[in-house]
Amino acid sequence: MNYIPHTELEKKQMLKTIGVESVDDLFKHIPAALRPKSFNIPEGKSEFEVMEHLKILSRKNATNLTDFVGGGFYDHYIPAAVDALAGRAEFYTAYTPYQPECSQGWLQAIYEYQTVICELTGLDVSNASLYDGGTALYEAAMMAVRLSGRKKIIVDSGVSLIYRTMLYAYTSNLSIEFVETPVAHGQACREDIYKHLDEKTAAVIVQNPNFFGAVDDFSDIAERVHKCGALAIASVYPVSLGMLKSPGEMGIDIATGEGQSLGIPLSFGGPYLGFIAVKKEHMRQLPGRIAGATADKDNKRGFVLTLQAREQHIRRERATSNICSNEALCALRALIYTCLLGKSGFYELARLNYQKAEFAKATLDKVTGVKVKRSAPTFNEFTVCLPKNADEVVCSLIDKGFACGFPLGRFYKGLDNYLLVAVTEKRTKEEIVQFANSLEAALCS
Amino acid sequence: MQLIFEKSRPGRKGFALPEIDVPIAPGLAEKYCRKQAAALPEVSELDVVRHFSNLSRLNFSVDTNFYPLGSCTMKYNPKFTEKACALEGFSDLHPLLPQLLGGGMLAQGSLEVLYNTERLLSEITGMYAFTTQPLAGAHGELTGVMLIAAYHKNNGERRKHIIIPDSSHGTNPASAAIAGYNVVVIPTDKDGFLDMNAYKKALNRETAAVMLTCPDTLGFFNPKIKEISDLAHEVGALMYYDGANLNAILGKCRPGDIGFDVIHLNLHKTFATPHGGGGPGAGPVGVCEKLADFLPISRVIRRSDGTFALDYHKHKSIGYIAPFYGNFGVILKAYAYILCLGRSGLIEASENAVLSANYCLSRLKDYYVPAYGKRCMHECVLSAASQLEQGVHALDISKYLIDKGFHPPTIYFPLIVKEAMMIEPTETESKETLDAFIECLIEAALLAKSNPEALHLAPLYMPVKRLDETKAAREPNLRWQ
Amino acid sequence: MTVPDNLLYTKDHEWAKLDGDKATIGITDFAQHSLGDITFIDLPKPGAQVKQSAWCATVESVKAASDVYAPLSGEVLKANAELTAHPELVNKSAYEAGWFAVIKIADLEEKKTLMNPVQYKEYIQGLSK
Repeated sequence: MNYIPHTELEKKQMLKTIGVESVDDLFKHIPAALRPKSFNIPEGKSEFEVMEHLKILSRKNATNLTDFVGGGFYDHYIPAAVDALAGRAEFYTAYTPYQPECSQGWLQAIYEYQTVICELTGLDVSNASLYDGGTALYEAAMMAVRLSGRKKIIVDSGVSLIYRTMLYAYTSNLSIEFVETPVAHGQACREDIYKHLDEKTAAVIVQNPNFFGAVDDFSDIAERVHKCGALAIASVYPVSLGMLKSPGEMGIDIATGEGQSLGIPLSFGGPYLGFIAVKKEHMRQLPGRIAGATADKDNKRGFVLTLQAREQHIRRERATSNICSNEALCALRALIYTCLLGKSGFYELARLNYQKAEFAKATLDKVTGVKVKRSAPTFNEFTVCLPKNADEVVCSLIDKGFACGFPLGRFYKGLDNYLLVAVTEKRTKEEIVQFANSLEAALCS
Repeated sequence: MQLIFEKSRPGRKGFALPEIDVPIAPGLAEKYCRKQAAALPEVSELDVVRHFSNLSRLNFSVDTNFYPLGSCTMKYNPKFTEKACALEGFSDLHPLLPQLLGGGMLAQGSLEVLYNTERLLSEITGMYAFTTQPLAGAHGELTGVMLIAAYHKNNGERRKHIIIPDSSHGTNPASAAIAGYNVVVIPTDKDGFLDMNAYKKALNRETAAVMLTCPDTLGFFNPKIKEISDLAHEVGALMYYDGANLNAILGKCRPGDIGFDVIHLNLHKTFATPHGGGGPGAGPVGVCEKLADFLPISRVIRRSDGTFALDYHKHKSIGYIAPFYGNFGVILKAYAYILCLGRSGLIEASENAVLSANYCLSRLKDYYVPAYGKRCMHECVLSAASQLEQGVHALDISKYLIDKGFHPPTIYFPLIVKEAMMIEPTETESKETLDAFIECLIEAALLAKSNPEALHLAPLYMPVKRLDETKAAREPNLRWQ
Repeated sequence: MTVPDNLLYTKDHEWAKLDGDKATIGITDFAQHSLGDITFIDLPKPGAQVKQSAWCATVESVKAASDVYAPLSGEVLKANAELTAHPELVNKSAYEAGWFAVIKIADLEEKKTLMNPVQYKEYIQGLSK
């Protein structure tokens, strides 16, 4: 199946207009020596056949497990209206709104999305989106390097290892010095951060809640960082912002994060949504697209892409970033999701997550040999210590229908017996109790 | 239209959460809690549905309008791929599952999609191996440049610059620069090709790579491409292929056969995945054999028993460039599209894309000045330079097209063409659509002579008239409050 | 296109007004006209050292970002803070209210490399042909 409408007659007419005999004539300037050595692609199939093939593949994935795995990516419920609206082709088959007069729907949606991100983070300016939480954190780090003119960055090791690894990969040729500080009593270690903080420091990067689930208030860190002329960067989990102190309230300069939890399916790792929000004074160093409100000839409100002189299509090698495509459709999903939940609903969602997780903590604590880490408060994810290797326990619980958490030994040396457990609003009391019972049984065997 | 925030009414709700079914625990200490709730709108579900349905109608899109936006390959996006992507087995899969002990078996379907896609893309482009991880075209470029840096580093070299033509996409120099390279820009010669003298002068053992598109952004296939590639290889530089224009050459030539060492593709262009108002895209990167060890981890491998697994043990790898395995949902749609078109379908796609672009060029060349030459590949670049004499800009012509229901071509790119209009019709648009668009452009050219004011005033029939972009930039208003 | 008689000029369309060992610098009427509506100006900070023909400021319009090069080397004494909120001053008054910075000239010899008003007038006439 292909989607070409031209009939043979039409092709002939078009060739005649062009003044060539055949389609091959249009390619004859490609030298014979440069023609494909092979092109062994299977012949095409009907839509029905391809769908059957994909259905078979989809059934080879285990999506029937009761999910307690988080690690920055969460199994939240997605209201049907999100799919219905983001599934409108007038949104998803459009492109970047370069021509504002025929893209007002998208531009207004981006402007509204920027407003939501500013509200959640408590900061002044958001862009139209970045690829994911990791690339957003990298962009934030590079912003801090440009703004401060410095090249040392302190990273709390409570920041997701996935994001730290991405950060190091991207900057490996840029002679940026990274210092990792340990987690103390579950939270960012002030003492170590301040020990390394100096007039060469561009930024301190922290995460809330951190990878182990611990909640923190970074107001004190932000204050010290500013005294040093550096920037405070926080990667945050947006659902937690229904309840937790916002980066803006803490004095953070740049907040970033993964927006997957805002109405975007897990979808095996993407497409996701990177968000970034900054204080107004840093606005001109933001990467990527930004929508702004303005007026038309008749003084009617309208929206355009603005501050474009920062971007690659104008500034080329001196641009703030190379980003062109972003994750607009995912940003739209996040916007629709947050609008549906609304002001009180978003708080209720956070509270529900928190309460379910607290119940799970209490329930798992009662399992013989299991110890819930309580050195710091948590939101909807927490760490438990098992009496044996967490990898094996997770493996054995899969047979019981549970994806029971993420074994921290996979990312952290010496934490082989530790399990990271996430509990979203989707987990029922019954599921939590069953999980505890199955865990008890697995540990006994 | 009102903003959703302006439609907010205190106390209105759009969604009900389940009741709390667990005993209530004490809340968090005050110091950890926000003092002021995020001011999200308070609206009903119908408010939300109507708001976004009506917003969507203010957009042009491929499904509603011809969208010949050059360099963006706005072809038709088959509907069934959306359905495939929404299959629960794909959409609900947690990306950390295969990283659990024995967890690979929980994700065999998705791993197979990734593996098969990598193999198909390798064969289509003549590359040795692919990674599906890069999340967009520019992200692929950055990944590609990082691979180039890792390769030279492994050879004990620290090369300093990357050569890029002045007609390139802005992302090319931006990607090279943020990865730590200087950018050396090569001018375009009078025929629209890379200036060979300037190129030879710039090329030396400090050159890490040469970044090109082929066909280039002017819509031409450079007959000297092999010579360019050989010269680069002679000094140990690598050849980078920007795959934005792959839709011109499917089955006609392969970057790998020409000598390109690294290549990124834009699945949202050539492989028909929707552009989503600016994204998501996907920018898989292919490499020749000598660069395969540097590809980002994890790698998807096929075991001898036919099962699939993730391999993290690649000590030369540049590391993680994405949190997981790429924009899986986008990759899946591209995979479905490739299977559907198959070998002949892909070749026909390029043939018809090139046919349509040449048809547009042939019919328009008497009204607008072709940037260079009279043939093109999958897109053509025209200049409104002669209209400028009447004070009419490419921008004015674009706005006139909008009033007539056509999305304008890409304008003012490539930067080296004055008043550029870059038209990429794609293979999925019918002759009558092309004809209507061409007639409209001809009409605009005639109006430029007879009544330029009509073009200056356009658009008249859109939700807004021309917007004041200067005001937007001078007095940034970037959020509602 | 106005070209005041009391200034010196560069090929990149910057001007300098000399006053002893100090110079006020900016961009010419020709430059502001070809840039169009200026939306933002990134100025050098007081205390910064600028070098002749090297970057000293960036001027942004809606669809462009252009570097401005220092007509003379020296230390920046003052930058025109008005331009941050009102970049349009450069469009309205390129030689007066739209000045960029005042520098302390490091090497007066450098002024020999600049064009006088007559030369600059000829130069821009050549460009518009």
